[in-house]
Amino acid sequence: MSETVLDVSDLEAGYEPGVSIVRGASITVDKGEIVVVLGPNGAGKSSLIKAIAGLVPISRGKVLLDGKDITAAPAHTMVRLGLAFVPQTENVFPRMSVEDNLKVACGILERRQAPARIEEMYAAFPDLLRQRRTPAGNLSGGQRQMLAVARALIVHPKVLVLDEPSAGLSPKFVSMVFEMLSDIRKSGVTILLVEQNAKAALAIGDRAYVLVEGKERHQGAASTLWDDPVIAELYLGQRPLRKDSARHTETGGAA
Amino acid sequence: MIDLVGYGAFFLTTALIFSLVTLGLNLQWGLTGLFNVGLAGFVAIGAYTSALLTTPDDPARLGGFGLPILIGWLGAMFVGGIAAALTGIATLRLRSDYLAITTFGVAVVVQLVALNAQKLTGGPFGIGFIPRPFGGLAETPLLFNLSNLAIVSAVTLAAYLALEHLTRSPWGRVLKALREDERAAISLGKSARFYRIQAFAVGGAIMALAGALQAHFIGFIAPDNYLSILTFQVWVMLIVGGSGSNAGAIAGSVLVWAIWAGSGALTSVLFAPEQQARAASLQIVAIGVMLCVILLVRPNGIFGERPRRARFGKRTKATASESGS
Amino acid sequence: MSLQFVVDGLLTGSMIGLGAIGVTLTYSILRFSNFAHGDFMAWGTYATLAVVGAIAAMFGKVAPIAPLSFGWPLIVALVVGAVFTALLALLLDKVLFSRLRKQEQAIIAVMGSFGASMALRSLLEFIFTSRPTYFSRAIQIAMPVGFGIRITPDQIALLLLTAALVLGVHLLTTRTQTGRSMQAMSQNPALARVAGIDVASVVRVTWVIGASLACVAGVMIGVLVQIRPLMGFDMLLPMFAAAILGGIGSIPGAVLGGLIIGLAEAGAVQLIGAEWRAAVSFIILMAVLIVRPIGLFGVRER
Repeated sequence: MSETVLDVSDLEAGYEPGVSIVRGASITVDKGEIVVVLGPNGAGKSSLIKAIAGLVPISRGKVLLDGKDITAAPAHTMVRLGLAFVPQTENVFPRMSVEDNLKVACGILERRQAPARIEEMYAAFPDLLRQRRTPAGNLSGGQRQMLAVARALIVHPKVLVLDEPSAGLSPKFVSMVFEMLSDIRKSGVTILLVEQNAKAALAIGDRAYVLVEGKERHQGAASTLWDDPVIAELYLGQRPLRKDSARHTETGGAA
Repeated sequence: MIDLVGYGAFFLTTALIFSLVTLGLNLQWGLTGLFNVGLAGFVAIGAYTSALLTTPDDPARLGGFGLPILIGWLGAMFVGGIAAALTGIATLRLRSDYLAITTFGVAVVVQLVALNAQKLTGGPFGIGFIPRPFGGLAETPLLFNLSNLAIVSAVTLAAYLALEHLTRSPWGRVLKALREDERAAISLGKSARFYRIQAFAVGGAIMALAGALQAHFIGFIAPDNYLSILTFQVWVMLIVGGSGSNAGAIAGSVLVWAIWAGSGALTSVLFAPEQQARAASLQIVAIGVMLCVILLVRPNGIFGERPRRARFGKRTKATASESGS
Repeated sequence: MSLQFVVDGLLTGSMIGLGAIGVTLTYSILRFSNFAHGDFMAWGTYATLAVVGAIAAMFGKVAPIAPLSFGWPLIVALVVGAVFTALLALLLDKVLFSRLRKQEQAIIAVMGSFGASMALRSLLEFIFTSRPTYFSRAIQIAMPVGFGIRITPDQIALLLLTAALVLGVHLLTTRTQTGRSMQAMSQNPALARVAGIDVASVVRVTWVIGASLACVAGVMIGVLVQIRPLMGFDMLLPMFAAAILGGIGSIPGAVLGGLIIGLAEAGAVQLIGAEWRAAVSFIILMAVLIVRPIGLFGVRER
């Protein structure tokens, strides 16, 4: 039994009081894993991880990070607690240089550590080193995603949480981003990500959850999930012929 | 008793003139969401335009042209509307703060012109001998006050009915829709901007008309009638009455003017003459604090239309804006 | 045309520029135009004046530092006044602006600042009356420096002070972690929080910088011109115009905008007359809004 890093139980969250988008979702992420959250548009995937990151108010449930309750922690304290979040869009400061984007994230590191840590990021992402003086707004989509990930990694998070890292990228960059995530995991970082691009995400993931209407309906090993009828229904647009067929797959999957 | 009726009529006349300005502001802010912190400038434009058009010839300055009062009022609305339209054209493609700053500048410049362009405005001493409707009745103050009240009431009522009609018309619905989403209003481009400019111009015209009415009611105007304190008073009136509601605008104006005049009378009784200027500033402090408190507690005014969605915590707000982007 | 207007313009421009830094920071980081900023200026100046008075009461008459018109009491008082102004701004933010900023329409905060401005200014009138007052009534002899330009020692000292402050603020915002956090907040507040930046502390720093510079600008006006409750309110339009001309959010832009407006005002005073001074900022403001609304160093808003 491996050690659980992130334990989300029975989470309810939404932007407005009384209107929950996340409705009782429970997921766990073990140390060193890549866990993927899939689901149709509007399922609340993005809200789920934003709630975990402290960006969407939580009305019920718990988020534990390494056993510590972080449910009510304000967003800006998350990096200190060990959870780094990479938003889907607008995830760099466009009018700051690449280097300043990294520096500004070093606020919680000791002053002396910061330069070395930035060098480590440059070593891991040589593209960023070449562009260190460039305003982040001028980077290509893929480089921007790299910078956003580097910004998150720079503080040694226990878990890296990403919101659709492949969104809006061309196919070439999509594979590059997923290779990058795979490498990051090899270096020992635990990853939780939400993805639309199910196939690419499952290819690098260990386990996956399928979120429907704000609650996880299905989970399984990433390698087998792609062949699951639930996925076909969600991603290939095949609607169940009868209502109970959906229920059937749901229970079947959970078993 | 007769004195009391006379004073009542005088009070109501002033309050209704304020109501008219507030109605103009309600069209701009309450209905369309356009922020005008220079409305004193538009009121002044109306007052000076009408005075210029209707006063008898004065060798010391341009005009007057001795035209009928009604022409003066129409001229005031026209010039006020044009000034507001120009302000809108310059700023309405930008974030609302720019409109606020520009209108503030308009008021500063109008004040400057009123003070310094002697040939046009009579300078710091202003313009006198502005013809008064029913001036012939000035011998009998009660009748004079009542007839003034009748005119001002009629104009305010007409403006109220017209604005109510506009609010319910398709035009008004477009304005409301644009108010709800400023970003959309800006990105929708020319057509949306044109609607907002129209609303701003009509509001400006109404304010100018109020300025003209007041000028003809008092018979004398000077630059210091149109300082930022006027802007401030009208804003308090609108916020107290509840932005978005025309009836609220009128009620708020009467109520705030009553408080203002009452507290003014109180300070003149309570304080020695040499202390009254100081006491008057305390009066403004009190009203300023009141405005802030209302904004904090009931941003839609005491008689405001439906309350806006409840506020919630900081976290919600910032994320909502993030997800919207 | 005498070149004297250059000195006058640089001085006025310094006052406008120092004030405009606060305006531009409030706009870009807190996202509203603060109509009470001018009143911070006036409050800071009166606070400084009060401290000067208190020092005089404690230590008697202190000789000025030759050749300046003021001595150490004013310098000490300026520091105290700046701290006081910063505290005033923080207090107002706590009771008013922070709550109004949370409301749906950003413009509500502008309206609140308008109300606060009116109340603050009238409160000054109540306490100190609207009669003008001065730090010192001593007349300084202006020294000729060539090209028909004359300048007083006070003016030189204040120009140097402005330069030092602007440089300091510029380095603070570009070279330090605090400054980077401020930039980050102005570019993307949500991401700033995700990156671990404590929004509340950035907000505090913003108020402290803006308000204390406003105090310095006010004291400059007090030393070189006079002290009145309306002194800050009258600076509001030039400050807004300078911030917009320079490009909202840009500190060098605000200062440059202030200097341009100061020079234009001084030129206009010489050519047309002092009574039209206030129209200069309006004309420049309109020109910028029509030709290049993002200003000299501005960036398009998201």
